[in-house]
Formats: sequence, C-alpha cells, structure tokens
Amino acid sequence: MAGKKLPLPEEELMDPGHVGCLGCGGCHAMRYTLKATGPRTIISIPACCWAVMPGVYPNTCFNIPHINTAFEVTAASISGIRAALDARGIEDITVLGWAGDGGTADIGIQALSGMVERGTKAMYIMYDNEAYMNTGIQRSSSTPIGAWTTTTQVGKVRDYKRAPKKNMVEIMVAHGIPYTATANIAWPKDLIAKVKKAMAVDGPSFIHIFAPCPTGWRYPPDRTLEIARMATHAKIFPLYEVENGVYTVKKFKKEASISEYMMMQGRFRHLTQEEIGSISESVVRWYDKLLKFELMTQEE
Amino acid sequence: MSTKKVISGNYTASYASMLCRAEVVPAYPITPQTTIVEKIAEFVASGQMKAQYINVESEHSAMAACISAALTGVRTFTATSAHGLVLMHEMLHWAAGARTPVIMANINRALAPPWNVWADHTDSMSQRDTGWIQIYCSSNQEVLDTLILCYKVCEQPDIMLPAMVNLDAFILSHTSEVVDVPDQKEVDDFLPQFNPEIKLDVDEPLSFGTLAFPSSWYMEWRYKIQHAHDLAAKRLVEEAKAFEKHFGRPWGGLIEEYRSKDAEIILVTMSTIASTTKDVVDSLRDQGRDVGLVRIKSFRPFPTKDLREALGHAKVVGVADRSHTFGNEGPLFTEVKGALYNHDRRPPLVGFTVGIGGRDVLGSTIEGLYDHLEKVADGEAYKEVRWIDLIGDEEEVV
Repeated sequence: MAGKKLPLPEEELMDPGHVGCLGCGGCHAMRYTLKATGPRTIISIPACCWAVMPGVYPNTCFNIPHINTAFEVTAASISGIRAALDARGIEDITVLGWAGDGGTADIGIQALSGMVERGTKAMYIMYDNEAYMNTGIQRSSSTPIGAWTTTTQVGKVRDYKRAPKKNMVEIMVAHGIPYTATANIAWPKDLIAKVKKAMAVDGPSFIHIFAPCPTGWRYPPDRTLEIARMATHAKIFPLYEVENGVYTVKKFKKEASISEYMMMQGRFRHLTQEEIGSISESVVRWYDKLLKFELMTQEE
Repeated sequence: MSTKKVISGNYTASYASMLCRAEVVPAYPITPQTTIVEKIAEFVASGQMKAQYINVESEHSAMAACISAALTGVRTFTATSAHGLVLMHEMLHWAAGARTPVIMANINRALAPPWNVWADHTDSMSQRDTGWIQIYCSSNQEVLDTLILCYKVCEQPDIMLPAMVNLDAFILSHTSEVVDVPDQKEVDDFLPQFNPEIKLDVDEPLSFGTLAFPSSWYMEWRYKIQHAHDLAAKRLVEEAKAFEKHFGRPWGGLIEEYRSKDAEIILVTMSTIASTTKDVVDSLRDQGRDVGLVRIKSFRPFPTKDLREALGHAKVVGVADRSHTFGNEGPLFTEVKGALYNHDRRPPLVGFTVGIGGRDVLGSTIEGLYDHLEKVADGEAYKEVRWIDLIGDEEEVV
C-alpha cells in the first residue's frame, strides 16, 4: 500500500536511537506529543519505560531539556520547574510531566492531585501501557480487569486482576481541572490537537494516552496500531475531552468486537466467553454514561 | 546597616531565606518548623520577598520541587523537621545526586511513636548518607550566618551540594534571641545571584540523570560528590573568613574549641547542648577542674582532621549524642571514634546518649558527664556507652 503522508508537524524532537521495545506504543506517544509541543518545552520523566528509553549516558534521543526524577514526584517536579520559570519571568515554555500509569495512577497520584489542586500551569501526560512495564509487567491500578500480569498470575487458587481499571480522567474532572482528555496513538492528528489545546490552558492539564505494549500485552509488535485502533472502536478506550467540565466524546461509525480485541492479546487468553461478556457489559455501561455526561454538560 | 532584632530561631531562618533572595520556596507545615514557612508566606504576601511560594501537599514533594527548580537555575529554600525530613529521604539522595544546591532548615525533632515534638537529632542523623552538607547551630545568630554561608559555598560550580542547617526543636526554634540581621545590600554584596552554567535550558537542551551503567560514570559521579564534600570542608572555612571580613562577625570553622586546648578531659557534642556545656566548663574551670568542650558544627563534611588536632592531647574524651543508632551507639560517638582510630594519639572514648525526645540536658547532667570522665581519666573501669538520666533504675545489664 502506497503510504499517505500524515499532515503532522515535520519537526522531530525525538531522534532515532531510543531503546524502547519493538512496537512500543509509548514511543509513538512521545514522538507525536513533542511534535505538538515544539522545542520550547521542558520535560520531566520519573521511573517508567521512558526513564530508560532516551538512551544510556551520554546518549539521549531528546532535543529538548529533560530531567529524570523519582517515581512519585513528576507533578511536584514540574511544579518546581514552572515556579523557577515564573521566578525569572519566563513565560513561553511548555512544562511537561510525562509518566506511565504506575507513576501516575498509583505512586504519583498524591503529587498529581496536589499540583492540579494548586492550579499549576503545566501539562501532565500519562502514557498508559496498563501495567508496570519497565519492571516487567506488574499490575498497576490502571491494569484492566481480567488481565494477567506477573503479579496477577493465573493459577488454581488465584487468577487475573479482579479490580476494574482506575479512571484517571474522571479523577482529574473531580479536581475541577480546566482541561483533560484521552488520546490514542492510532489517532495522531487528534492527539496533537489535544496536546496543543492543553498547552494553551492557563493552568493544569492532563492527557491520558493509550499506548499498547506488545511485550506486556503478549501480541506481535507489528499489531500495536491495530490494537490501539480496536480499543477505541470497541469503546474500551473512548476518546473524549473535558474542557472546564464540558464533555465532548469522539464518535465512530466503525465498531470493533471487545472479544476479538481481548483474544488478540495473550494477557486475556485465560478469560472465558462469559467473563468477556461481563467485561463487555461494563464497557458499554461506561460509554453510555459518558454520552450522558456529554449531553448533560453540553446543555448547561 | 544591620538591625538588631529579637527573634526566634525559626524567624531567623525565614529572614535568612528572604535576605538570600530564595526564589522558589515549596512549603509544608510540621511542628516545630511551621513558623518558618508561615513567616515566609507573610513576607511573600506583603511583597517584601519576591519568591514563588508553592503550597505542596507533602515534604516529599517539597524537596522534589526544590530539586527541579534548582535544576532550572534558581535559588531554592525549604524547611522541615522530623517526619517531614525522613519522608524526604529519597529526594535528599536525589538532591545530592543531581548536584543541586538546595538549602534547607531542619528543626531537629524526635520521631514517633510515641509522638514527641521535642529536640532530638535522630531525624537528621538518619539522613547522614544522603550526600547533604549538615551544619548544627547553637544560636539564632549562627542560624542566620550559616544559611548565608551555605548558599555562598554550595552554589559554587565545583561544590554544587545541598545543605541542611539544623536547629534544636524549641530550644532554638521557638526561643527568641538578639540577632544581628544584615540589610539587603550587605547580603547582596556577599551573595551574588545564582546563575548556574548547566541547567534546564531550551536553547541548550540537555538530559539530566539518564541511565549510567556500572562500567561507565555512575561510580565516578559518586566519587565527585565525595570530592565536592572535601572541597566544601575547605571552602566553608575560607568563605567564613570572607564572611567575617564582610559582616564583621566570625563564623569560625567546622568545629568550635572551647577551653579545650589545654584540657585533659574533653566533651564533644553539638547544637544547644554545647551552649549549656560552655557554662558548665566555666564553672568547673573555676573549681580548678581540667575540662573543655569541642563542638562539632559541620557533621558533613565530617571534620576528621580538626578533631584529631583538637582531641589528640586529651586524657579522655566523652561524646554526648542526642540520638542513638539502635543496635550500636550514638552516631556522633561512632564518627568521633572513627576519626581518632588511625591517629597516633588515641585517648579513651566514652559515649553518652542524652536528651532523647527532648529530655532536658541540664548543667547538672553535663557536670555528671565530666564527673564520670574524670573517673575514667583516673583509671577506673568504664562502660563504653551509657544512657544518661533514665527514669528509675540505671541501665539494665544484659
């Protein structure tokens, strides 16, 4: 198939040479995000796959200033960077916190809550590969219900993750955040538009990017974008944004089967059709609720 | 022109942060530190102090914000105590590892359980290995002067270390003394704006803290932290001389020797216990007893050379610790013993664990220590480590 060039910014602020896995969704997420932010961006990254991916000293794949920080402090770190820029009267810089789902929904949620409550002007992106992938596929609170991980092993007396995925965007909405959204690497134009919107916010913004992980989800690396696309088409990962409390949900004519999506991934292989059926019901329930939120908030 | 103010140790720290023009101050309350950040909030609100004040949600985040702000190239200040300090532990390592000159006041307070908010050095002693410079003060004036001096030394390109300035809970933090507070110009003339060459800069993008393999550079960077501490030991003394010339007031050195040069019996201690000890030394000297004091001001860098020179001649040395390393002895005692072990003159040493959880260390307590040391000097058998002033029976014999 002849490639059609996507109408994306040409500038690459992430050079080749990163050390991510083949087919890494987090890699796409970073590349598109930096295309949106441009070079006047400072990025802070805690422990996560992206703590390692930029490369081993003295190499780095970034063309923007970048600091590594501790697992739980991304939001505190970017609060410090913003305060330092404010202290020197520097206004035209995007301050970006970039953390995985474990670093955001688990260990980093306190600092994030603090930053959003304070109203700090900074963008926080959670690239979600649905487990602690850098340490080797351990369960996070963002791991979906039903998934095998190395700490939710499927055995005779204990099996997959029983708790549902923590909804970070809704937690952000509860903070009254001026802008929050979900994005998916399979829709780069949409992702870039959302990052640009977040940049323009005079306050905190939070974007949840869906970033499939072939290594941890147990699928061949060449199916990353296909799986990403299916997740949204199957409504498992709806694309929506909440601007000052107003929901906008992106609708798709195309649909995908939840069962098919799950069966493509080794992490769900143990599930029975009955279990998948019950997961599907909760997916549909949440999507319907989102549409109601949209209706309710857009009417206001 | 300086002004004489009657202010608490905590307010002294607040004034110092303003005079040093700290640009970012992440703040979180904890007793008995809180009045430091309250006063700074007042300075900022009134427009006297031009700082970005961040109401962080924990001390851990306070330190994280300080580190990132310092890496962005600005001067930072925060203050904490006890549980706040130990919560910061991970980030204290990070601050030194990232070579950020973050300056912090720590109010030395005991750790729970049981709850106790009084003077005890366990909080900062347990941060010994984080790479921070640690200075212990014994007067409010020293708090002010040490903070200025720490900014001056720590921001030098070949030092770039964080420093913790320690004050005893309540005994200094909430006690008012006369403090000679310099005016802004005097401080500005001594302490230039912090403008590091290497920082987070969009015009010259760099990656900080990327993965370093065992075979390359991690170990060298750790060596460089040690080297910076060695330099800091010298630089503190040199800059103290410049400080004295500029402000007309001595800061001294890494240790303070008080009537110890000709004393046979020397007590080594830190912070406010040392102030009490000075009075005791004076009265015992009046009685013709041969006693002196060595006060350790800089616990990191540790003044090994100074201690060898100050203690080598003694007949016996006692070390009074306001903290204890469970399973061993007082940490200061361990360190002083370590400093003397490879010295050709090695007096016998006795460790005293005193004043834990803010128990009063009275003149009579110190006198008791000197009585004990005199007996050791006379050749009496002694126990290497003693807990002093326990309620009820003496220490249990195991």
